Amino acid sequence: MITKEIEFTVNGQLITLDVDIRKSLLDVLREEGLTSIKQGCGVGECGACTALIDDIPMDTCMYLAVWADGKDIRTSEGESRDGQVSKVQQAYIDAGAVQCGYCTPGFIMTSTAFVEKYKGQKVDRDLIRKEHSGNLCRCTGYETIVCAVESCLKD
Amino acid sequence: MSVGKPIERLDAVAKVTGKARYTEDFTLQGMKHAVYVRSDIAHGMVKSINVDEASALTGVRAIFTYEDVPDILFATAGHPYSTDPGHRDPYDRNLLTKHVRYEGDEVAIVVADSELIARKAARLIKVEYDKLPVLNTPERILADDAEMIHPTGNIVGAHEFVVGGDMAEAIKSSEHTLENKYSTAMVQHFHLENHIAYAYMEDNENITVVSSTQIPHIARRIISEALDFPMGKIKVIKPYIGGGFGAKQDVVVEPMAAFLTLKMGGAPIQINLTREECLSCTRTRHPFLGTAKGGIDKNGKLTFMDVEVVSLTGAYASHGHAIAQAGGAKACTMYPRSVIRFNATTVYSNMPAAGAMRAYGTPQVIFFVENMMEELALKAGIDPLEFRLKNAGLPGDINPLNKKPILSHGLKECLEKGRKLIDWDKKKKRYKKFKDGTIRRGLGVACFSYASGTYPVLVEIASVRMALVQDGSVHVLTGATEIGQGSDTVFAQMASETTGISTDKIKVISTQDTDFSPFDTGSYASRQTYVGGQAIYKTAEKLKDNILAYAEEMTGVLANRLQIVGDKIVLIEQPDKTVVTLKDLSIDAHYHKDRGGQITAEVSYKTRTNAPSFGCTFVDIEVDIELCKVDIKEIINIHDSGKIINPILAKGQVHGGMGMSIGAALAEEMLIDDETGKVYNNNLLDYKMPTIMDTPDLKCDFVETEEPTASYGNKSLGEPPIISPAPAIRNAILDATGVAPSELPMSPKRLFELFKLEGLI
Repeated sequence: MITKEIEFTVNGQLITLDVDIRKSLLDVLREEGLTSIKQGCGVGECGACTALIDDIPMDTCMYLAVWADGKDIRTSEGESRDGQVSKVQQAYIDAGAVQCGYCTPGFIMTSTAFVEKYKGQKVDRDLIRKEHSGNLCRCTGYETIVCAVESCLKD
Repeated sequence: MSVGKPIERLDAVAKVTGKARYTEDFTLQGMKHAVYVRSDIAHGMVKSINVDEASALTGVRAIFTYEDVPDILFATAGHPYSTDPGHRDPYDRNLLTKHVRYEGDEVAIVVADSELIARKAARLIKVEYDKLPVLNTPERILADDAEMIHPTGNIVGAHEFVVGGDMAEAIKSSEHTLENKYSTAMVQHFHLENHIAYAYMEDNENITVVSSTQIPHIARRIISEALDFPMGKIKVIKPYIGGGFGAKQDVVVEPMAAFLTLKMGGAPIQINLTREECLSCTRTRHPFLGTAKGGIDKNGKLTFMDVEVVSLTGAYASHGHAIAQAGGAKACTMYPRSVIRFNATTVYSNMPAAGAMRAYGTPQVIFFVENMMEELALKAGIDPLEFRLKNAGLPGDINPLNKKPILSHGLKECLEKGRKLIDWDKKKKRYKKFKDGTIRRGLGVACFSYASGTYPVLVEIASVRMALVQDGSVHVLTGATEIGQGSDTVFAQMASETTGISTDKIKVISTQDTDFSPFDTGSYASRQTYVGGQAIYKTAEKLKDNILAYAEEMTGVLANRLQIVGDKIVLIEQPDKTVVTLKDLSIDAHYHKDRGGQITAEVSYKTRTNAPSFGCTFVDIEVDIELCKVDIKEIINIHDSGKIINPILAKGQVHGGMGMSIGAALAEEMLIDDETGKVYNNNLLDYKMPTIMDTPDLKCDFVETEEPTASYGNKSLGEPPIISPAPAIRNAILDATGVAPSELPMSPKRLFELFKLEGLI
C-alpha cells in the first residue's frame, strides 16, 4: 500500500493524514466521522456524496483523497453551528424538502454553493434545476427542493 | 390541537445536518465485508466452481458456495405470516443456488477484511455453467415444452373475478365496446440508499441484524425461517433508512448476513450492495402485458371493464401473484357501478425478480383501465372528463368486490377541482388549433382508486407503547417504520391531538428494535397512518386516562373534571387554572414512596376495515413531433386521502409519487434481452431515473373527505400519487397527436416508432 501525507481543512478544522493513495475523498471523510457524505452509486451519478471543495460542489466518490491536499472542504455537518442550522438547511426544512434524508446533505451542499454564487442576483427555476442536476432524489420529485433554493434567494 | 397542521418533521434537523445515522454509518471493530459471486448467464446450472485463486488472496476469510448453505427454501416477501398455508408466499429461494435463474443470481459469497478485497476475490472465482433456455416472453414461458424455471412450474399464480353484475348482459347493453393491448415496463425503485445489512453475535446464541428495512419484525421471522434459527434469538434493528418504495419490503441481504455471522463465530459481517447490484439483483416492478376491454351505453354509462394481464415476476416469486391480485382489487372502487372482470396470471421468467413497488400492481392495472376509458370515450364521442365524472363512484356506492359501502368517496370532487385548476374547458377549446404541425398541445386526465392497507387479505396489526418520562414528556414506541414518508411526525401529531400534550413534548422513537419495539408489520400498503394511527389513538386515549387518574389521586380533583393542555393538567371549565404540571405529576408518580409507578399505556390493535382512497391527475403537455419528445407544461394531482394530518408532509408524498410516475411514463425501463436475459442498463447512466432537469413543476391539491373508519378521518396517501400521472400523460399524448401509445415508457425511442407508423414523421 502506498501512502501520502496530505493536509486539508474540513469545516474549518485542519486535518493532517497519511492516506492510502487509492482512497477516494468519500472514504477518507467518512473515516473521519463525516458520515453526511453518503455513497449512493460510487461513480459520480447520484451526488449523495457532494462536498464543497474550495466552494465548488464535487462528487467525493470520484475525487481522490490525495487531491484534497491543501484544499478547503465543507460538508453538511459544518453548515450547522452552535446548534443553529444554516439558512439553506432551514429552507429545506421549511419547504418540506426533506424526506428519507439520504440525498439531503449532498443536495444542501450544492444549494449552499448555488446560493453563495447567486446571492443578490435574479435566478429562475431553470437555472436552479441546471445547477442541481448532479444530485438525484427519489422522494421529493425535486419540487420542494427547487422551492427551498428559491426561498433562500428571495431576501 | 396538532392534526392538520404543517408541523416540522421530527427528524428534519438530524437529516439536514447529516447527523442522522443510516446502516452504513455504524461501524464495528473488525467488521468483515461480504460480496456475492453472481452468475453471468440468465439461466443454467452450475457445473463447477473453482475458488482456489480467490482463497489464496490475502484478507479473504471465507468463501461459501451453494453447497455450504442450509437446504431450506424460504419466501422473501414482506408479508405478515399467513395462518392459512394455501395463502403463503412461494418458498422458492435458497441462500445461494446451483440453478441460476437470472443474470446476477447468487452462487457463492466471499467474506474478506475489506469490501475491496472481497470484490477482487469474487472476480477470481471461476464458475462454469450448463446453459438452459432463457424464457422471457409469456409465449415461451407458458409453452407446453418450456423448461421449468422452478420445480413447481412456471406459473406462480392465477385468478379471475367478475363482480358487479352479469358480463354478457353488460356487453349486450353497450352502445360501443372496444379492446386494446397494453403493457407496462420493468422499472426500479431507485431508493438512494442501496440495500445494506450487517449482522453480529454477542454470545453463542443470539444474532443481531442491523438493516435498511421497511419491515423489521417480518425480517426477523424470515431470517428465522431461512436459517431454521429460533425467532426469539434474532433481533433486527432498523435505523434511519434512505428510502425503500417497496424494495425493502422484502428481505434481500438480511438472512445471508445472519448466516455468515453464525458461520464465522459471531464476527460482524456487512453486506453492502453496489448501485449496479441494487438495480438488477434486488427487486423491480412487475411488467404487465395484456388487454383491457370496456363498454359504454347510450347514456354514457360505463357498462363493463375487463382487464386481462400476464405479470412477469422474474426469477423468484418474491411478492409474486399478490401484486396482480392487489392491483385488480384496488382498481374496483373508482367506477364501482359497472361490471368488472379481472383475470391475471403471474409467471416466472429469467429476469431480475420483481417484488413490491409503490402502489403494488395498481399503477399497471390503472394504466390499462384509464387508457381504455379514454379510447372508449373518444369512440362514443364523449368528452373523456365528462365520461369519468359520470361514472366516478359516490359516497354510499357499494364496493363491488367486497360488497361493502364506500363511506367516503371524493373522486368526483377531485375531478371537478382539477378541471378548474388546470382550466380544462378553456384549454380544450384553445388547443384545438394545436393538433397539427411540429409542436402540438394536449390535455390528459386519469383517475385512480387505492386502499388503506391490506385487510382482509392480510392481518392489519399495529402496536404502540407510550410512557411518561420523568420530565413530563412522552416517549412513543411503535413497530411502524419511518422510511422518509413522515410517519413518526404524523404519529406525534395524532398522539398530541388525543392526549392534549404538545407535540414538542412527544418523542417518537425512530429506530425499531424487535427486542423492544411493539409488534407491527411495518411500512407498506400505505397502511401506517390508517392502521398505525388507530393504535396511536387507542394508546393515547389510555395514556391520557392513566395520567388524569393519577392527577386525581394526587390532587383530589376528579379526573373527569381535568384535561391536559400542553405540559399542564388544567380544569376543563377553567383551562387557565393549572392543577398540576405533567412534570410534577410524573416525578410524583415515579418517586413518591407510597403511591404511583411509571405511567404507561400499551395497545395492540387489529384494524378490520380498509378505506379506499381516490384521486386523479390532470396534465397539459406539448409534444414535439420531430424530436418525439413530451414536454409537461403543467401537471396537477388531486387526492382524496380523507383528512390531511400534515399538509407539508402530504404534499411531499404527492410530489414524490408524481415524479416517479413521470419517470415511468417517459423514460424508465430496465432493458433486458429477450434471447439472453442480459440486463443492459443496470447503472445510473443508462437507467433513466429523472434528474431535477427532467422533472417539471409539480402541483397538488386535496379534497378532504372525512373517513369514518379512521380516528383522525384519514386514508392512505403514501403510494397513491404514483398511480395516475402516467396514464394521464398517455391520454394527453393521444389528445395532442391522435396517436395512442399502448406501452410504457413513452420515451422518444418508442414515440419515434409510433409516429413513424402513423405517418406523422
